[in-house]
Amino acid sequence: MTDTPILHIDMDAFFASVSIRHRPELRDVPVVVGAGGRGVVLSATYPARACGVRSGMPMRRALRLCPRAVVVSPDSLGVQSVSSAVMETFRSVTPLVRALSIDEAFLDVSGAARRFGSPEQIGEQLRARIADEQGITCSVGVAPITTVAKIASELAKPDGLLVVRPDEVLGFLHPLPIETLWGVGKKTAARLHRLELVTVADLAHTPVSTLQHALGPVAGAHLHRLAWGAGSHTVTPRASIQEPERTMGHQETFGRDTDDPILIRRELLRLSTRVAARMRRGGVVGRVVVITVRFSDFRTITRSRTLRETTDLAADIYAAAAELFSVLRPRARIRLVGVRVSGLVAAARAPRQLVLGARDPGWFEAERAVDQATLRFGSTVVRPAALIGSRRP
Amino acid sequence: MKFRVERDALADAVAWAARSLPLRPSVPVLAGLLVETGDAGLVLSGFDYETSTRVTIPAEVVDEGRALVSGRLLADISRSLPAKPVEMATDGAKVSLTCGSARFSLQTMPVEDYPALPDMPTASGTVRSDVFAAAVGQAVTAAGRDDMLPVLTGVRVEIDGSHLALMATDRYRLSLRELEWSPSLGDFTATALVPAKVLADTAKSLTAGGDVTIALSSTGTGEGIIGFEGQTAGGTRSTTTRLLDGEFPKVRALFPSESATVARVDTPTLVEAVKRVALVAERNTPVRLSFSKGQVTLEAGSGDEAQASESVEADVDGDDIAIGFNPGYLLDGLGAIDAPVAHLAFTQATRPAALAGAGDLGAEPTLDFRYLLMPVRLQG
Repeated sequence: MTDTPILHIDMDAFFASVSIRHRPELRDVPVVVGAGGRGVVLSATYPARACGVRSGMPMRRALRLCPRAVVVSPDSLGVQSVSSAVMETFRSVTPLVRALSIDEAFLDVSGAARRFGSPEQIGEQLRARIADEQGITCSVGVAPITTVAKIASELAKPDGLLVVRPDEVLGFLHPLPIETLWGVGKKTAARLHRLELVTVADLAHTPVSTLQHALGPVAGAHLHRLAWGAGSHTVTPRASIQEPERTMGHQETFGRDTDDPILIRRELLRLSTRVAARMRRGGVVGRVVVITVRFSDFRTITRSRTLRETTDLAADIYAAAAELFSVLRPRARIRLVGVRVSGLVAAARAPRQLVLGARDPGWFEAERAVDQATLRFGSTVVRPAALIGSRRP
Repeated sequence: MKFRVERDALADAVAWAARSLPLRPSVPVLAGLLVETGDAGLVLSGFDYETSTRVTIPAEVVDEGRALVSGRLLADISRSLPAKPVEMATDGAKVSLTCGSARFSLQTMPVEDYPALPDMPTASGTVRSDVFAAAVGQAVTAAGRDDMLPVLTGVRVEIDGSHLALMATDRYRLSLRELEWSPSLGDFTATALVPAKVLADTAKSLTAGGDVTIALSSTGTGEGIIGFEGQTAGGTRSTTTRLLDGEFPKVRALFPSESATVARVDTPTLVEAVKRVALVAERNTPVRLSFSKGQVTLEAGSGDEAQASESVEADVDGDDIAIGFNPGYLLDGLGAIDAPVAHLAFTQATRPAALAGAGDLGAEPTLDFRYLLMPVRLQG
């Protein structure tokens, strides 16, 4: 058994590396990837980053910072195929691979030691193979937990590997600036800086209640745990961000079998709200709404409806679920109901057909605002009015 | 009951009357077609509790009477008969049909069980049948098909004196057709929500004659119905259908009063280009249109899939704009304007675009038909 089974592997300047992989003459020159003229920088190689060039920056500004940079257009096809090949290489070592984005993944190698050696050795083997087969470099973080592995790979960049052993976790985390923690963006960092919190150690030694006051009960407690080295010890596999989990759903067994339509609809609403929030967290949208109904005699039926457009909104999911239920006209008492959305696709790849006369901002923005509030204050802070004051069945 | 009738007249009349018969009737008699003879000749009627059809054609009536037979079977038979006069007569519990040397014997259903057809409301006015059919064809383009939103499966009819407006929307696009008609009373006003499918079928099937009579009760009391009647060479055809309930959204206000960009494009050229580029657009993904001086560039597809682009000459006034549309909705609109030049007006990439037709590139758009299309939000 190893005590550092989690690997986080992140490609170095992925778009840029792929775009120049067949042009070795560009390896040590600053290269900026993007459509020229008025476009923005999609990616930049490390020599360009050294001049201050960053992804997302206007191309003009990048060229002002680094006038000798070579501009290449993105090789979108190459990016996709290299990404798939890299993920495949990971899976040759362990089935427990979770793609986080096109160019990074978590691996759980706890079962691979006998065949491939220690996590550190596996990390080096994978780095060598990817450099060999794909002509690009990557960095690896090795740690007992996901959150620390992710930070370690970032610090190992470019083209490096960093191991953090269990007894080193706090010593590793605490001197780091708070921005390194997963989920601390500009806004959160600014709030913490106002409390004169600069390092992870500062965060760890601040009372939870103070953090909760500044960031909200959920986010505050979460960050405090992160500062003390909390994180997942396991990895749930996912092939790629293009193939997210195909279906998401929840079901609920009533405390007592019921035929009260109001109670059942309320439960469908609660389940729809949960499914929708989970879909948004997972960055997926879907078009097929399925309800499951189990009667008191355990007979179970499902009914589904395909929506015209994809959605991740509770309002849409509930409308379809309620419609499916009303058509059912059940005669027997009901033991359990479930709501599921299938045919999920990555939201980033699902264009959004806008609705005539819809309020702007409308449901799309409202439900996302609820997500923000939930993150800060917990899941009961904003709920549909029909769910207020109702006890769980 | 006994009568003789021309084969073609019978086949047309039966086909038309049997149109509204339900495929899976809730009660068996609703699969029947009521065959009646009287002073007016031969009357055929069908009804499914929503929509009724009635057609009257001249016939040589020997005995008055009536019988209820399977509408679908009679339609199949009359369509296949040789070109000879047809004779039908009741024969005990059956109806016999003879044409040349072909003979059929049909089961009848109890006439007493057949529901009474709703009365035609009082005629409200008339409109030329071909004009009406074309207008309805344009209006129904945007009608919804989702039975979760029943109100949107209807066409809203608004009558204000000699002005008739037809509008439909499925929340993603909106069509508005306005035309003149001849009301029976000069100050007649009414509104109605007519099932789009019935309206489209009816308007199309009444084009043979000169005028269509529209009958609508002006007050909204009780269960509203609307009736349509038209003359054809063979006789008189009339339909009634039950109106949809519910509040149709206030859609006229959605048309933007001004625009930042106006483009005029040769319609057939744009249609062909959209169809070509859309070949690589996966389900629910948009075609992107970038309008700049003198041209519109169409693109579809994504980096990880197939991609396509094409440029088309366009007369563009105002700001450059890039906007995405569901290609199916865009093609529906370009087809519905039915004009050589498409006139497109935009405000922003996330606001609706207004489509109208124009006679030529220099001409002002004709506003009797307008189509409003909501864009697809472009990624990144």
